[in-house]
Amino acid sequence: MHAVRPPRPDQVYLFGTCLIDLFVPEAGLDAVRLLEREGLTVHYPPAQSCCGQPAFTSGNPDEARRVAAAQIALFDQPWPIVVPSGSCAGMMRHHWPTLFDDDPALQARARDVAGRVHELAGFLVEVLAVDYSAAGGEPVTVGLHTSCSARREMGTRVHGVQLLSALPGVTLDTHASESECCGFGGVFSLKHADISGAIVRDKVASLSAVCDRFVTADCGCMLNITHAAEHQGRPLRGEHIATFLRRRLEGAA
Amino acid sequence: MSAQPLHFVSPAQFRGRVSEALADDGLRDNFRSAMHFLRDKRASQFPDPVETEALRDLGEAVRKHALAHLPALLEKLEANLQARGVEVHWADTPDEACAIIHRIATEAGARRVIKGKSMVSEEVELNHYLEARGVECLESDMGEYIVQLAGERPSHIVMPAIHKTKQDIARLFEQKIPGVGYTEDVDALIHTGRQVLRERFMQADIGISGVNFAIAETGTLWLVENEGNGRLSTTVPDIHIAMMGIEKVVDTLEHALPLASLLPRSATGQAATTYFNLISGPRRPGDQDGPRRMHLVLLDNGRSQAYADAQLRATLQCIRCGACMNHCPVYARVGGHAYGTTYPGPIGQILSPHLLGLEASRDLPTASSLCGACAEVCPVRIPIPSLLMRLRTEANRAPGAAVAQPLAGQGASFSLGQKLVWRFWSGIYASPGRYRLLRWAATRLRRLAPRSQMGWTQHRTPLVPAARSLHDLMKARARGRPGV
Repeated sequence: MHAVRPPRPDQVYLFGTCLIDLFVPEAGLDAVRLLEREGLTVHYPPAQSCCGQPAFTSGNPDEARRVAAAQIALFDQPWPIVVPSGSCAGMMRHHWPTLFDDDPALQARARDVAGRVHELAGFLVEVLAVDYSAAGGEPVTVGLHTSCSARREMGTRVHGVQLLSALPGVTLDTHASESECCGFGGVFSLKHADISGAIVRDKVASLSAVCDRFVTADCGCMLNITHAAEHQGRPLRGEHIATFLRRRLEGAA
Repeated sequence: MSAQPLHFVSPAQFRGRVSEALADDGLRDNFRSAMHFLRDKRASQFPDPVETEALRDLGEAVRKHALAHLPALLEKLEANLQARGVEVHWADTPDEACAIIHRIATEAGARRVIKGKSMVSEEVELNHYLEARGVECLESDMGEYIVQLAGERPSHIVMPAIHKTKQDIARLFEQKIPGVGYTEDVDALIHTGRQVLRERFMQADIGISGVNFAIAETGTLWLVENEGNGRLSTTVPDIHIAMMGIEKVVDTLEHALPLASLLPRSATGQAATTYFNLISGPRRPGDQDGPRRMHLVLLDNGRSQAYADAQLRATLQCIRCGACMNHCPVYARVGGHAYGTTYPGPIGQILSPHLLGLEASRDLPTASSLCGACAEVCPVRIPIPSLLMRLRTEANRAPGAAVAQPLAGQGASFSLGQKLVWRFWSGIYASPGRYRLLRWAATRLRRLAPRSQMGWTQHRTPLVPAARSLHDLMKARARGRPGV
């Protein structure tokens, strides 16, 4: 946590991430609404695509560099860059600068951009200090799943807990082995499908033991757990934290 | 997790063994509970995060310092050991290490060896080598003894028999030890094992042990253990042979202290082990006990390859606590035998490529979700996920590519097809125009999304793109039609 709160901006960029773009676009839109609710102007550079993480983690740094370089060029104003995904934010914040060890000019730009990257939940808590005490909706029990890289690189679990426990009528239930990976790991889920499948099976079981709905700040984990639960015929479904917050703020959900 | 042959398995068998391990639900649940128990025990030893992080910083600094001065420290260690009457031997390969020990045994006319726990001796397959040449080896660590009796290899570097239930051990003892009946009473089982071993300590000609920290400044070998078998193995027989990898050296006794605190707390969740043995040479005139001759065998076996690379060198910081495997979601599901290597789990995945080459171990660096649990508990802060990614990169590299420090087996996973897929992928995602086309096709043709999507749909329902991408929604909003 920051000892001193960073200055409150009036304009921000949104980096929507490739998974949200194609599979969970409403989560991106809800992130925009949450930011606008706090009086910010949200800029969405239309040339954006992906942070390059799939290539980076699978041992293809040249391809990751190519994709990252195309994104870095899009954030020339000194505004914060809000990312509704902890693992993508971690990639941008911590790994983008390491991709350009051989190109000092681009590395300097990557560092500048990386320094402005915020994960959405962290941004709402740390920078905007949002007040959600007026949110409504039926009493509901939800689980929280935090992506491993978000937890370890961006502190997202703490922020998720803070946001959800501030909502009236929302009970946050802790599931067994909460800190354990859901088994997604990007290309890992394809390359070692059986191991990944065994891990997500256990995650579905421990979440299902406490709730039918879970909230997460990472779409990779969300799709992994939800589609595994669906495959097993279990009712467990995940929702992006931006969508859950927006719906509670509208008095629904 | 069935009986293991003595030799390493091939990568093809890694996948086979994974399926085998995952198919046994009962075993998987037992094993996972054991891992959770070990995680909780470790956590109980690190109640204060500030103290923990400070100690880990110190542990990391000590190990980095040792590696930064590795050649000089090894020479200092050798000189100080020799001054105390220890014979020091250097082995490049497992075969050399085994041959050195066999020569010592032959020269002494030794027929019986008692062994304290040593993963390096497992790495070089010493038992196998000596048995084939008529020298009998008996493991005296209870876990190692069980594994040896069962004709298996250790499935964990600290708890070699962690994959076995007490029922497994009861059956094993009943079958293999004459005059022993079936009992699930753990105390009785341990008593049986100890009785067998106690006699053998007295009969042994040679005791072989590992080394936890070798202190260059004083020429001291520091050995931690809980059963007293390490002390017996290193003091009762006439000859003591210690074995270690070249990375185990530290500069001073003071440097070993934080490691000695981190190791038992990280490994077994103990504040300290029952025994700390600091061994400084063979019996001196006037000593009542101790070996008459003492040897140290230093093994390289690929470690210098890791040492030569500034990033991969961190692999050698390891103090073999096993916390990374206890916390690994993959290890907890597949067990140690699936890896087919001496060192399983995350540390094995980054170390084995140097020991065995990337060709034989190419499936290991990819068998991780990069969740980071290992790095989070590593007492010496080895950045295991980064090293896994680096090894993936080296495995993907074109085999002939000229690099400053090529790794053995570089390019083992290279495939032109895969390379082209990634080129194509980056060509789309680095180009706004091509990516727009992809979005258009994915959203408009979403009903054509395949029902079978490689590994994904083995355990999950298929992914189907949304009807409108976030780009579409944001564009509509910008045009003042936010409702769509």
